[in-house]
Amino acid sequence: MSTVTVFVPKDAAAISVGADDVAAALSQEAQNRGIDINLIRNGSRGLLWLEPLVEVETPSGRVAFGPVARGDIVSLFDADFLSAGDHVLGHGLTEDIPYLANQERLTFVRCGVADPLDLGAYETQGGLVGLKKALELESTAITEEVTLSGLRGRGGAGFPAGIKWETVRKEVAEQKYICCNADEGDSGTFADRMLIEGDPFVLLEGMVIAGRAVGADTGYIYIRSEYPYAIRTLTDAVSRFEQAGLLGENILGSGQAFAIHIRVGAGAYICGEESSMLESLEGKRGQVRAKPPIPAISGLFGKPTVVNNVLTLATVPYVLANGGKTYSEYGQGKSLGTQPFQLAGDIARGGLVEKVFGVTLRELIEGFGGGTRSGRPVRTAQVGGPLGAYIPESAFDVHMDYESLSGSDAMLGHGGVVVFNDSVDMARQARFAMEFCEIESCGKCTPCRIGSVRGKETLDKIIAGADVEKNLAVLDDLCVLMTDGSLCAMGGLTPMPVTSALKHFPEDFGSARQAVE
Amino acid sequence: MQEPDEKKAVLNICQDHDNRPEDLVEILHSVQDLAGFLSDEALREIASCINLTRAEVHGVVSFYHDFRRAPSGKTVVKICLAEACQAVGCDALKEHATQALSIDMGQTSSGDEVSLEPVYCLGNCALGPAVMINGNLHGRVTPEKLDALVSEADS
Ligand SMILES: Cc1cc2nc3c(=O)[nH]c(=O)nc-3n(C[C@H](O)[C@H](O)[C@H](O)COP(=O)(O)O)c2cc1C
Ligand code: SF4
Repeated sequence: MSTVTVFVPKDAAAISVGADDVAAALSQEAQNRGIDINLIRNGSRGLLWLEPLVEVETPSGRVAFGPVARGDIVSLFDADFLSAGDHVLGHGLTEDIPYLANQERLTFVRCGVADPLDLGAYETQGGLVGLKKALELESTAITEEVTLSGLRGRGGAGFPAGIKWETVRKEVAEQKYICCNADEGDSGTFADRMLIEGDPFVLLEGMVIAGRAVGADTGYIYIRSEYPYAIRTLTDAVSRFEQAGLLGENILGSGQAFAIHIRVGAGAYICGEESSMLESLEGKRGQVRAKPPIPAISGLFGKPTVVNNVLTLATVPYVLANGGKTYSEYGQGKSLGTQPFQLAGDIARGGLVEKVFGVTLRELIEGFGGGTRSGRPVRTAQVGGPLGAYIPESAFDVHMDYESLSGSDAMLGHGGVVVFNDSVDMARQARFAMEFCEIESCGKCTPCRIGSVRGKETLDKIIAGADVEKNLAVLDDLCVLMTDGSLCAMGGLTPMPVTSALKHFPEDFGSARQAVE
Repeated sequence: MQEPDEKKAVLNICQDHDNRPEDLVEILHSVQDLAGFLSDEALREIASCINLTRAEVHGVVSFYHDFRRAPSGKTVVKICLAEACQAVGCDALKEHATQALSIDMGQTSSGDEVSLEPVYCLGNCALGPAVMINGNLHGRVTPEKLDALVSEADS
């Protein structure tokens, strides 16, 4: 039998449920049986409930087994899984698993396919095509292509990437920067992490293209310290890019120079806000800057700076390789292309679902996600991170795009969907929103710094049943004040989870409110 | 670590960064990685190397949750307390851990064995409750699994 290639992910989520053990046991058992296998540690396919997902390369394609535990290895060999033999953990061809087959993978097309640090495999699978095109284009032609694609920032605010780039491009300055925001602080989101661990070269490629487009020769990736696995992969990826001449003074002989530096955060949610991130990159407290000036004009060290999320930058190589028009043909209205959604919380089939904008929340939670993991009924989902709205199950038919969500007093954010079952206490969730703001506020402005503390105290009183009516009025007031008076979206959007919980689940906020409604 | 050694190590780290004040966050990370925490002496040394006031350095240290001014336990257990883990019972896990170790979140057990710390998201939101023990990520952590992981890390 010729050597069979077997894949076991080294994505942090896969490792968190035993992928390293499985990989070790697999090698050992193969050795015991005198079988030669070629074990590759790939990224994750994003079918996280099946992790550790073991794949075997066969003549008809890759065959999946999962979730595999160390104790399953012997039975897998006994079932001849290396020749796609039948096994209870078998799922047939990976590509045919409906969860994956029903996605539109553009940004994540390579994630989980190969060893993330194998540059040869990256190129074989379509990598570097976008960069090579960009190196032959004038800078304006690159920004035009990105504008044409309709690509909007995936970090939360949804600002058109091409317009931001064009602003920086037009600035006249001896130094400009590209800053990649890999702070991914929102609970319920892990797409940036998965991409960095599964296909880091595409992010680096996107950054070099951005540098070429705006005339910047230096990039920073600001990555959160909570992601040690991703930091290691990224560090290796940067040195491989350097060794291959894809970073440095003269990229692929084009004369284009670009360097990438990795900077590790220090556990502050607010440092995901772009101006706070820039302060942190300058070695300071991550205190939010007042705007104007916008970072595109005066950003890192006062220089014109592109700040983009990981997913925004990682989508750019696709746009350049296939044309902005091709990308824009996915999606609808002003939400063009695809969004990597992340299904999290109490969900049976949690993971990464990259879909064209416009899929409904119900399709994501019930279709892809299969309802709750606990088996209890779904009550609500928080969409868009800790500053996002709680959407009740009755409203799950909402379309997941920027406009439909904002029309429902919600937001897309970074695409996280956290599912809660019927045991959730929405008053406690509202309280947590205030508490989180208290913990993570940068402290610069009063509505956020003090408002969050007052909000938490007021919710404590409501939960205790003290003067509920009066305290609900105080809470409403506070929410208006925070929304209108905060300098940034930390204080400005903390009321969103609170008011959505109040609006859709008044029964959780004391008997008085129930009587009134 | 002995004091003169620490001082020298801090000097070296600052020098590796050309004593640039804009590298302060990185310098703090490196010193903490080496010494386990940021002592008064270390901060004084850093301030003088990179030509900032101690107040400025303190301002940065106190802003970030990662930086510690006292040593941690041998085993650092970070329990995610954010929404995605709340949805799958991290509160019960936290209760269990604090009771089993007889400490609150943010404290270190007697004998400097185990430190319990809250964390808001480890990026393992589909496989919660998530816990990180000495830098290793764990998913679907039940109270029993947590006990086993902690004693494993401790041994
Ligand atoms: C409190 C707060 C936290 C944020 N956290 C992140 C984050 O973790 N990652 C991110 O890319 N953007 C985050 N943002 C949005 C950034 O400010 C900024 O809009 C984004 O990085 C721009 O990149 P994009 O246009 O590609 O989305 C946050 C914003 C706020 C107000
Ligand atoms: S809203 Fe909060 S986080 Fe934002 S600037 Fe004000 S205090 Fe800082």
